[in-house]
This record gives sequence, C-alpha cells and structure tokens, in this order.
Amino acid sequence: MSQNGSHSRAPKAYFLVFAALMFFTALTVWAAFQHLGVWNTPVALAIAVTKALLVALIFMHLKSSPRLTILVVAASVLWLAFLIVITVSDYVTRAWLPIYPR
Amino acid sequence: MADAHAHAAAHAAPPELRHHFVDLPAQREASSLGMWLFLVTEVLFFGGMFTAYVVYRSTYRRAFEGASNLLDIKLGAINTGVLIMSSLTMAMAVWAASVGKKKLIILFLLATIGLGSVFLGIKYVEYKQKFDHHEVPGPHFVVPHDEKTHEPLPRQAEMFFSLYFCMTGLHALHMIIGVGLLTWLIVKARADAFSPRYYTPVDNVGLYWHFVDIVWIFLFPLLYLLGRHTL
Amino acid sequence: MSTPTATPSQRVDYLNASYGVKSWLLTTDHKRIAILYLIGITFFFAIGGLAAALIRLELLTPAGDVFQAEMYNRIFTTHGVMMVFFFMIPGIPGVLGNFLIPLMIGAKDVAFPRLNLLSWYLFAIGGLTALWAVVHGGVDTGWTFYTPYSTVYANGWVVVTAVGIFISGFSSILTGLNFLVTLHTMRAPGMTWMRLPLFCWGMYATGIIQILGTPVIAITLLLVAAERIFHLGVFDPAQGGDPVLFQHLFWFYSHPAVYIMILPAMAVISELVTAFSRKPIFGYKFIAASSVAIAVLSFLVWGHHMFVSGQSVYAGLVFSILSFMVAIPSAIKVFNWTATLYKGSVSYQTPLLYALGFIGLFTFGGLTGLMLATLGLDVHVHDTYFIVAHFHYIMVGGTIMAYLGGLHYWWPKISGKLYPEYWSRVSAWVIFIGFNLTFFPQFIVGYLGMPRRYHAYPEEFQVLNVMSTAGASILGIGYVIPLIYFVYSMRYGKDAADNPWGATGLEWQTPSPPPTENFPDTPVVTGRPYDYLTGREEEAVG
Repeated sequence: MSQNGSHSRAPKAYFLVFAALMFFTALTVWAAFQHLGVWNTPVALAIAVTKALLVALIFMHLKSSPRLTILVVAASVLWLAFLIVITVSDYVTRAWLPIYPR
Repeated sequence: MADAHAHAAAHAAPPELRHHFVDLPAQREASSLGMWLFLVTEVLFFGGMFTAYVVYRSTYRRAFEGASNLLDIKLGAINTGVLIMSSLTMAMAVWAASVGKKKLIILFLLATIGLGSVFLGIKYVEYKQKFDHHEVPGPHFVVPHDEKTHEPLPRQAEMFFSLYFCMTGLHALHMIIGVGLLTWLIVKARADAFSPRYYTPVDNVGLYWHFVDIVWIFLFPLLYLLGRHTL
Repeated sequence: MSTPTATPSQRVDYLNASYGVKSWLLTTDHKRIAILYLIGITFFFAIGGLAAALIRLELLTPAGDVFQAEMYNRIFTTHGVMMVFFFMIPGIPGVLGNFLIPLMIGAKDVAFPRLNLLSWYLFAIGGLTALWAVVHGGVDTGWTFYTPYSTVYANGWVVVTAVGIFISGFSSILTGLNFLVTLHTMRAPGMTWMRLPLFCWGMYATGIIQILGTPVIAITLLLVAAERIFHLGVFDPAQGGDPVLFQHLFWFYSHPAVYIMILPAMAVISELVTAFSRKPIFGYKFIAASSVAIAVLSFLVWGHHMFVSGQSVYAGLVFSILSFMVAIPSAIKVFNWTATLYKGSVSYQTPLLYALGFIGLFTFGGLTGLMLATLGLDVHVHDTYFIVAHFHYIMVGGTIMAYLGGLHYWWPKISGKLYPEYWSRVSAWVIFIGFNLTFFPQFIVGYLGMPRRYHAYPEEFQVLNVMSTAGASILGIGYVIPLIYFVYSMRYGKDAADNPWGATGLEWQTPSPPPTENFPDTPVVTGRPYDYLTGREEEAVG
C-alpha cells in the first residue's frame, strides 16, 4: 500500500544507498588530505552534493514524489543560491573599482 | 440525491480523516506538501549561516583553515557515519510502517534514537574539548596555535569558532527536537496509531530526520575538512 | 438558493455556533481565527499609532524639546517594530486571507486548522514579548537593528525584541504554508487555477515570500541575539565581523517583506475594482502572473537599501536595474485595474473609494520608488524623509487603504451587518486628506535634506513639519471613525443579505455570516471568474 504516490521502497535499495554514503564519506575524508590546490573545495562540495542527492532522492522518496514536491525543493536550492551568490558578488566585486582601501 | 451520498460517505470515513479534507489521498497530499514546505524554510534558515560562512571563509582563509584543523576529524567522521546509519534506520522505520509491521517500526525508531543520542554524546565531548582549550569565542577565547607550524593563528580564528558553534549548535538543537519527535512516534506506534493506510507522522518525521542529516553532510566537510590539505 | 433562508436571529452561523472565551481561544475555525487576528492587529496598530503621534508631536518644533534623543530613538523604533512586524505583515493575510480563502475556493477550512490557531498564538505571544520590551524601556536601534550598534553598544531590550519578532516570524511562515497547501490541494471541483479569484493568487504569491524569506531574518535575529549574549562578534568589526553582512542578511528578507505587505493589498484591490465596475477584470492572466513575478523578483533587489553602505558599486548597479524591473509587474496591475474601471458600470461606494485611493497613492509612491532605485538619486536622499514618505505612501496610502477597502467590502459577510455608508465615506475622505497632508510635505522636506530618525531639525523645515503633524492628527481621526462604526454596526447595524453587492465569487454564495462549515454541500464551479453580465440586470445566481 503506498502513500501519495511515493512507494514504500523495498529495503534493499536503502542498504545500497547506505553503503554508498559511507563510501563517499571515507572518500571525502581521504580527498581532504590530498593536495588538490583550488580543487579541494569543489571536490568536497561535489561529494557532499552527491550524498545529499542520495538521501533526498532515495531516503526521502523525492524520486517518486509528485512534480510539485520536486519543484518546491528545487526552488529552495535556487533561493539559497540567490542568497549566497548575490551576497558574495558584493564582496568579490568591491575590488574592481580601485577606490576602496585594501 | 447529493445528500444521501454525502451521508453514506460520512459513515465510511476512516478515523484518520480530518473533517475538512475530502478524502485520505487529499489529506496525504496536503500533509506531504506541508512538510516539504517546512523543510524549505529550514533550508533558508541554515542557509543564512552558510552565507556568513562563505563570506568569512573567503576573507579569512588562513585563519579558517588553521582553526578547522583543530577540530577532531576522527570524532567528526564517526559522527557522520552515525548519522548516515540513523538515516538508514529511519528509512527502515518508515518502510516498516508502510507494511504495517508494528514491532519493526518501534525497533527501528529506537535504533534511530540510539544513534542520534550517540551523535549528541560525541558532540558534547567535542564541545567540552573546545571549552577546555579556551577555543570558545567570547571573552575567554585564547587564540589557538596552528596544528602544524605551532604559530599562533590569526585572531579571526575566533570567527571560525563562532560559526562552528552556531552552526553545529543549531544542528544539535534540531537533533534534540528530532529525538523528541521520534519518542512521540514510538508512543503513538505502541498505541496502534499507524497502519499501511495511515502512517503520515512517521513519513514526515522521517523527512525531518533526513533533512537534518543532509545539513550535517554539508557541515562536516565545510567545518572539519577545509584545511586538512595544508597538513 | 436551495435551503430556506432562516432569519439571521434564528440561523446558526460561525459567530453564534458556540459561546464563551474557550470556544474562541481554542477555535480551529478559520473565520474565528480571522477575527482573533483582527483584534490583535488592531491592538498593535494602536500602539504603533501612539508612537507615531509622539513622533509627530516632537517634530512640531525644530528643537528636540519634547523627548531626549535616546527616548525619541526608542519611540520611532517602537513605531517601526510594531507597525512592520505586528500590523502590516500579519494584517491582511491574518484577517482577510484567513477568512476568505476557504470560502473563495469552496473549502470547509484551511489545510491545517490547528496550525492556523498556533499561528495566531505565535503572533500574539511574539507581539506581547516585543510589547513587554517596549513597556520596560524599549530599544533605540531602529526597526532595522543595524550592527554593531544593536549587538554591542545599544542599551535596551534588543534580545527580547528580537525574540518577539522571531516568534512572530514563525506565525508568518505557518500562515504562508497553510495558504500555499490550501490553494494547492483544497480547491472545489471545477475551481481550476485560472478560475481562482485574484485575491487567492495574491495570497499565493505572498505565501511564497513568507516561506522563502522569513527564515533568513529568523536566523539573522538569532545571530544578533547570540552575539549580544555570548559576545561572538559575527557582525562586529572589532572582532573581524562585517556589519554589511548583517545588512545583506537582514534585507534579503526585509525587502521581500514589503511585498508581503503589498501583495495582499493588491489582491484586495483586484476584487474591489472588478466588483464595483461590474465587469470581468481586465487581463486576469496578467494580474495572476504579475503577482508571482513580483514574489520572485522581490528577492533579487535587496541591495537597493545598501547603496551607501559600502556595497560594491557593481552590485549596486545590478540591484538598481533589477529594482526597476520589479516595478513592471506592479505597473501592469495598475494598468489592468484602470482598464477594468474604464467603461465599467462604476458605483462609488466606500470600498471603491478606498480602491481608487490605493491606485492613485500606490502609483505615486511606486514612482518615487523608481526614483530611489536610481542609484545616484538615492545617494542624495538616503536616510532622509524622502524615503520615509516613499514607504508610507506605499504602506499607508497603499496597504492600509486596501485593507480598509477590503474590510468594508467583506464586512457584511464577516459580521452579517451593514456599516453606515455615510460615515464610511466621510472617514474615507478624512483618511485620504489626512494622509496626503501628513506625507506629501515629507517628500519635500526630505529632498531638501531633513534626515530621518532625528528628533531635531533645522528651522527652515518647520512649516512643512507642522503641516505633516496636522495631517497626522486628521489621519488619526480618520482611523478612529471606522473603529467606532464597525463596532456599532455589530450591535445596531442593518442585517446584511448573502450578497449585498451582487458580486461574483463563492464567498457570496453562502449566508452572511457563513455557517461554521462554510457550505452545506461542496460547490461545483463551472463558470469563468468575475462572470458579470454586462448591460443587463444581475440575475440571482443560485
């Protein structure tokens, strides 16, 4: 019996996701100690995003949720991006005009 | 006659159906949408602090990297594993509810509470370490020394610890509330409140718990791992 | 109508369904909760209004002779905090949104009635918490709480006030959540999105902002409180913090917040304009789309509050352009309302008087907003009375007039009584005249350089300030008159018919006042919205 279209997934998928999450955790710890230059942060974030997607899509059943739910989640991520990116763009562009003391 | 139909339908209404909803599917749809909208607010709620983190980390890079290395990566990694495992047990609890296995529901909820408590216990240990080393921001803060070079860190290391305590503190508060919600679920499960037809509270608390896990999935690398490559 | 009409004294409606304080304080009926909000926001409006009176009293004379500077600062902070957080933001959603949305969509209640009651309690507790701070001396930071003054140097109840606003923020979130879910999942059969009353579209757009914006000010206030209590230094330059970061986080919410204040007002105006032109509204789809467009764009312009804060000029440029763009959907609405009135069968009753006042004053205030979006001009008038006049034109000339228009329009449905038309027109004119006399001089005096938030000013500004205070006195009287006759009408007013205006909309298909369950049978919607018959007498719509 299912609830609002999100089907109660058979447990096997959950264990696979669990294993993947543990693997990615170990991977991100290992990658943190590698000298990747500017790539350390993007790699860490990419792994984190992958883990988050696994949790959201499988554990939280987002994959089998109505389109409206997916839109709502996407909107929250987009708005968070607005907040961070636009705020940071202020700081990053201050130096473009050589009138601010550095 | 419309009245007779309504009359008959009212008699057949399941007990879990609240009167203002047309039927159970409508109620489920509303509950699910409501819960996801609440999680959206949580994304923006934590998001404000992530913004502060991004701004200050880019401004005080060296201080942040050095301060981050003072966090206990072993405990942080263990906590990450614990939380991931608790997400598994939570997902299993929801599954058990969907197939009506009451004993399993309670078992998995207890496991989730147990793992959540382990997480909180480890956090307490970490916080205590920080207190003992005067790494708590405020009047008693003492600028710590770099792990590798043993030079004093820039004084903006204090900013890192401010964000560390605020972000992990708010996360821990959410965990505590989560443990409370899980306890409430166990009480309801024992009272046979859930069935394959109706287990919305379990589903919703599950969403909440997974969300709190996702927050930690980002907190861990951003707080614990950002400076390790300098070691 | 299929059911025989009982006389109002015999019929059971939501007001007389049960008696006693408990039946009101523990109600889950959205209509009763709307009344609770009505009482609450009127109370906080009175407090904020009292503060406004004290401000205008001080500003009668150039010298700071009524209050000390710090006391004056506490007064204008009280005015701002009370009006913004405990009147404007909860106002139309809490009262009209709660009352009307289920009725307009043919539902029995909102999606989460118990959460709705919780919303009201959070609003009341938050407001009373902030009021406690006011009574014990208040806060002198301005409602904007700029750091590091608010976090390090201010004496006063910053944390308590912040907590009060934080709690009330949850009320706003839950209200928005409730409305969004209700509109998505509880529309009656046949009520498609394109048949939804425009009032509901406006409340939907408002809900989007409430969900996405409010949490950011919540965390910002928590950080301010943490900084004050634990001496953290997140926003304190002495400890490496950045005051401009506070402003980014604060205005990320507080700019969209002003759209939480105006979108519901516009939603009301859409209903009034069509009802009193007896014409389908012009450009339904454009108005609906504009509401959502405003909600989205409103999040991209917050830096126009920070042009002189040290923000990057390039960021300022982008915020300036986006601020111009966000005016476009508002203008589209004004054009559509005007086109609706054009060649309509216009009847100048009180709700329409308020709607016309809104259209004129909002347009005027909105145009001054474009002036402020112009970076160079804003540098000149920032922190002067020009800004004060701009936002009062929108919030008072706009939102409050729309709120009063809506209150008058739906009063027969809410109370089952008619208000006295003569006195309602008198007070509408008193309010319009008082309002303009209060705030127009402020544009001039602000442009000439009078700064805001000062208890003293140069002598040459006195004449304009005296005019403003005179206007404020008239405006105050204008607000008291409806208070009196609304209360009076509940006891002595004529009974209202189910549809005294002959308007379209499901809320008029149910008795005045409605029964607790709104509709005995779930309505089925088959026609277009605003399906006014043109050129003929309105037939009874069963």
